[in-house]
Amino acid sequence: MTFTVELPVLGRTTPDMSREEVIAHIKEGARLIRRKDLTLVANAGMGHLGGEFSITDVLATLYLHVLNVTPGKLHDPERDRLILSKGHAACALYTTLAASGLLDVTELETFVQPESRLNGHPNRLYVDAVEANTGPLGHGLPIAVGQAIAAQLDGSPRRVFVLTGDGELQEGSNWEALMFASQRGLANLCVVADRNHLQQGATTEDTNDLNPLDGKARAFGMEVVDVDAHDVGALLDAFAKVPAASGRPTFIIAHSHKGHPISFMSDAVAWHHRLPTDAEVERALAELEALA
Amino acid sequence: MTAAEANALYDCRDAFAAVLEELGGADERIVAVVNDSVGSSKLGGFAVRFPERIINVGIAEQNQVGVAAGLEGGGRIPVVSCAGSFLSARAMEQIKIDAAYSYRHMVLAAQSPGLAYGQLGSTHHSAEDVAWMRVIPNMTVIVPADPVETAAAVRWAVTEHDGPVYIRISRMKVPAVHASDYVFTPGRATMLRDGDDLTIITNGTVLHRALAAAQALAAEGIGARVLSMACVKPLDEQAVLVAAQETGGLITAEEGLASGGLGGAVTELVTAHRPVPVRRIGIPDTFAPTGSEGRLMDLWGISADGIIATAKELLGRPGAKEPET
Repeated sequence: MTFTVELPVLGRTTPDMSREEVIAHIKEGARLIRRKDLTLVANAGMGHLGGEFSITDVLATLYLHVLNVTPGKLHDPERDRLILSKGHAACALYTTLAASGLLDVTELETFVQPESRLNGHPNRLYVDAVEANTGPLGHGLPIAVGQAIAAQLDGSPRRVFVLTGDGELQEGSNWEALMFASQRGLANLCVVADRNHLQQGATTEDTNDLNPLDGKARAFGMEVVDVDAHDVGALLDAFAKVPAASGRPTFIIAHSHKGHPISFMSDAVAWHHRLPTDAEVERALAELEALA
Repeated sequence: MTAAEANALYDCRDAFAAVLEELGGADERIVAVVNDSVGSSKLGGFAVRFPERIINVGIAEQNQVGVAAGLEGGGRIPVVSCAGSFLSARAMEQIKIDAAYSYRHMVLAAQSPGLAYGQLGSTHHSAEDVAWMRVIPNMTVIVPADPVETAAAVRWAVTEHDGPVYIRISRMKVPAVHASDYVFTPGRATMLRDGDDLTIITNGTVLHRALAAAQALAAEGIGARVLSMACVKPLDEQAVLVAAQETGGLITAEEGLASGGLGGAVTELVTAHRPVPVRRIGIPDTFAPTGSEGRLMDLWGISADGIIATAKELLGRPGAKEPET
């Protein structure tokens, strides 16, 4: 079955909005983004819904409010940067970009279709709003560090955000980059670790345990912030701390649930790249409608 | 060129460092990204003049290339300088994804390539790098032969090109063979000597050896054409095919794997378009015994004598080495 749901272009929050209105705007955006993402992956027969839903609230918070990136400033050198290091969550990124007005909504339907610009992993040459080609894990953080150094050299206030998976932190390149971010005093860098405790085949604890992640990040010179990755208000507060007053890079441990908030997906390891049946799509859509 | 200059030997790292310092003075976007390799890259002068623009990531090559990609995304022109063996092997995926697949303007300066660290052993030999880099889409691969060509190629890569470039910077001393007004042109070979009987296609530290071989062969009545093929990718296909047609047999000689690099590129081309005998001289499919760069090159015939013997074998002349069985 092919599923059709509309995704309105929500755009960014506006300065006249109250905090409550900002939170409501982002929450509704995340709900609509998940709904669209679900159907795109189901229709395409390819995607990583668990890890996409894990970070949808983070992406929505960043693109709908935090990032200084707008359709008119897409190529502005002074824009904030976001690198999706967990590139397999590409469909969530594309959908969020479309909801933000940074990608044509109608193009979403081409996700992973032949010759589409919307690959299964993001490509900066195809999609203007994508900052880095990612897919193999452990690439985003070093690139973000380079971006942050460039901003530092320019004396620019622009910020660099990088979104990594937690399983992804098993790649050594991340720790090379974290060490160097600290060495360079990159206060303009914000690492968001999607802490859902699940990787492709098992829990992170049962694979190559990252704990204590906060202690490790702190030992690497990071300003560590713990946050509920599905609490938009808490995310806003966390991002408001960037750049940290201490002058250190920020490491946000975004405690999340893979597949959130779908009842049968949440925290289930199978949903790394499992595809939903038609009945599961209907059920998930109903659960998302109930959140409206 | 004076006689003294003609006899002088040069470390191409000096040319690399000098041109990078000159370019850095003209364009503040240029940054050098090093891995605890300021000294071995001879970038001390750059570091003194532009202390903010030498980014030393420490001993972390994957991070080095990733950071360079990010610097490029931030509007800079990064020149990554790292020993060839570690740059190519340790950071291969970053080179493939962050530099080439992402089509970023990054210059990857592979220092002390080939067998430069002879006695340090095969861990430090960069035998495979040209073969590896050649098969990555979007990547330009340059193996300069002397300080003139090194400076010209670095200048082109930094100021004229707009994509990823892998360029070998030799430390083994070589004479200057290119004219001082030499201009590097991508995909263009330079014919340094003409001949009708066979063609030697070479680059890097082997070029001057090939010229010596051609001179010796001429004394024996054998006309060897010498093509200086610094640009392994894009290859000067026309020059190779014309040589195949006009001279009938080709020898490739390089300080790298005999297969896969320059030899591989030439062989693939002529096999498809103008099949002629090709002999490939280079590092064989083995890890090296202990020995200096020069000794190992001699051992494997990456030398004037090796080229002469191979030429005679190719032409079926008396004195040819025994064909391998």
